[in-house]
Amino acid sequence: MERDEALSALREVAVEVLSVEPDAVVEGARFKEDLDADSLDLVELVMGLEERFDISVPEEDLENVGTVGQAVDLVMAKVAAKE
Amino acid sequence: MTPLLDSHGRPRIVVTGMGVKTPAGVTVDTMWAAICAGRGTAAPIARFDASELPVRFAGEVLEYDPAEYFGPKEMRRVDRFTQLGFGAAADALADAGELGADPSRCAVIAATGVGGLETMEENESTFLARGASRVSPFFVPMMMPNAAAGMISIRFGFTGPALCISTACAAGANAIGEGVRMVRDGSAEVVVAGATEAPVTPLTVSAFARMGAMSTRNDEPERASRPFDTDRDGFVIAEGAGFCVLETMERALARGATIHGEVLGYGRNADAHHITAPVPGGAGAAACMQLALDDAGLDATAIGHVNAHGTSTPLNDATEAEAIRKVFGDAPPPVTSTKGVTGHMIAGAGAAEAIISLLSLRDGVVPPTANLEQIGDDIGLDVVGGSPRPIARNPVLSNSFGFGGHNATLILGPVDLTAG
Repeated sequence: MERDEALSALREVAVEVLSVEPDAVVEGARFKEDLDADSLDLVELVMGLEERFDISVPEEDLENVGTVGQAVDLVMAKVAAKE
Repeated sequence: MTPLLDSHGRPRIVVTGMGVKTPAGVTVDTMWAAICAGRGTAAPIARFDASELPVRFAGEVLEYDPAEYFGPKEMRRVDRFTQLGFGAAADALADAGELGADPSRCAVIAATGVGGLETMEENESTFLARGASRVSPFFVPMMMPNAAAGMISIRFGFTGPALCISTACAAGANAIGEGVRMVRDGSAEVVVAGATEAPVTPLTVSAFARMGAMSTRNDEPERASRPFDTDRDGFVIAEGAGFCVLETMERALARGATIHGEVLGYGRNADAHHITAPVPGGAGAAACMQLALDDAGLDATAIGHVNAHGTSTPLNDATEAEAIRKVFGDAPPPVTSTKGVTGHMIAGAGAAEAIISLLSLRDGVVPPTANLEQIGDDIGLDVVGGSPRPIARNPVLSNSFGFGGHNATLILGPVDLTAG
């Protein structure tokens, strides 16, 4: 899966779950400071990504996710592991 | 000079803000107009497909737009019951104007019978169908019964006590009564007190129907809630909320607030009899009304009319009528139940009815009981039907009784700057 594809999917889920503007969802955006997402928001965001890519993301994997870019990394790793 | 103390020497407590979200109207004025029109507002359930349920109608607050009170993200994070309650509380606080109070001296009491039923039912379905990993991380903070109290305190920055009272259908009256006590005892200067309920959900409607407690008049929803009528066959479930802002007369006058009326007395007790049925003869309810009269320092003859609990179930109405006759003896005052118009908003009912009682006092009327065609022969009271009946502005006694055997009675007084 291309990185652009993962980012674009994450953007769509974030717009719905976090009620943010699509333009705000960029690689460097920080979930807490830039996207006003708390830990529960992040769990819901990941639920959306799990559905979208048919992957499973354990709670502990979220601990090091602070930015959109890191979330893209995580999703790509999970998709690659599945394939 | 206005007396600032009541007959017991305690601070007089007044209502300086009112807000509602009810099937009869989402503003105090529109609700009051519908109450006075005296027509039932129940209709076929619109917010979900109820076609397979035994009861397919309810009172829904379809006019309410939560987006006026919540941002898009926040709105998805609060259950319907909090959406309704917050809207009513925010309206009450807007109505009250600039409070000029230290936030640590402002309190919230937001009652509910159950809490986030819609959230509970949706997540349970998801859990059963798709497993634990699909349960929303927001399930707990949306479903918990204290969510409305928390949200009101957060949004308004009130850091005084924030409490949730859960005494079923008595909870709205309990919230206002306990709020009065909180102001009286000095634990807060301003209390926003009321109740909210959003029980029009598939499982909840089915459950009440299974109890045989609800009207099954599916073909005539607007005629289904008919308190004290001989053809009453159960209550009509409704969602809704009502909130009041409470403070002392002294404080309200000092800040130039508009005073809507006074809470003169409050009684509460328990039947200690049965989890759903009232104690035969209505001894608990009668004792509760007497407690409220004693708290108000009033004789029963001082009451102008009773805004009854009057749910439209055969047993409640007959038992409450018996209790009223016990308290008032040979000369009971006129009685109304505004649930004929609104349906039964569970916890929300008692709070909305306290507001309706204040509006009744403002206009000097007893609002009519909708659908009262022939008073049941087990009632034996002067129940007001048809249109509003003009009456002198004497205190209104408002009853609320809940499953569990909880009884609560408020006595509301008109704006009177001379009495004490």
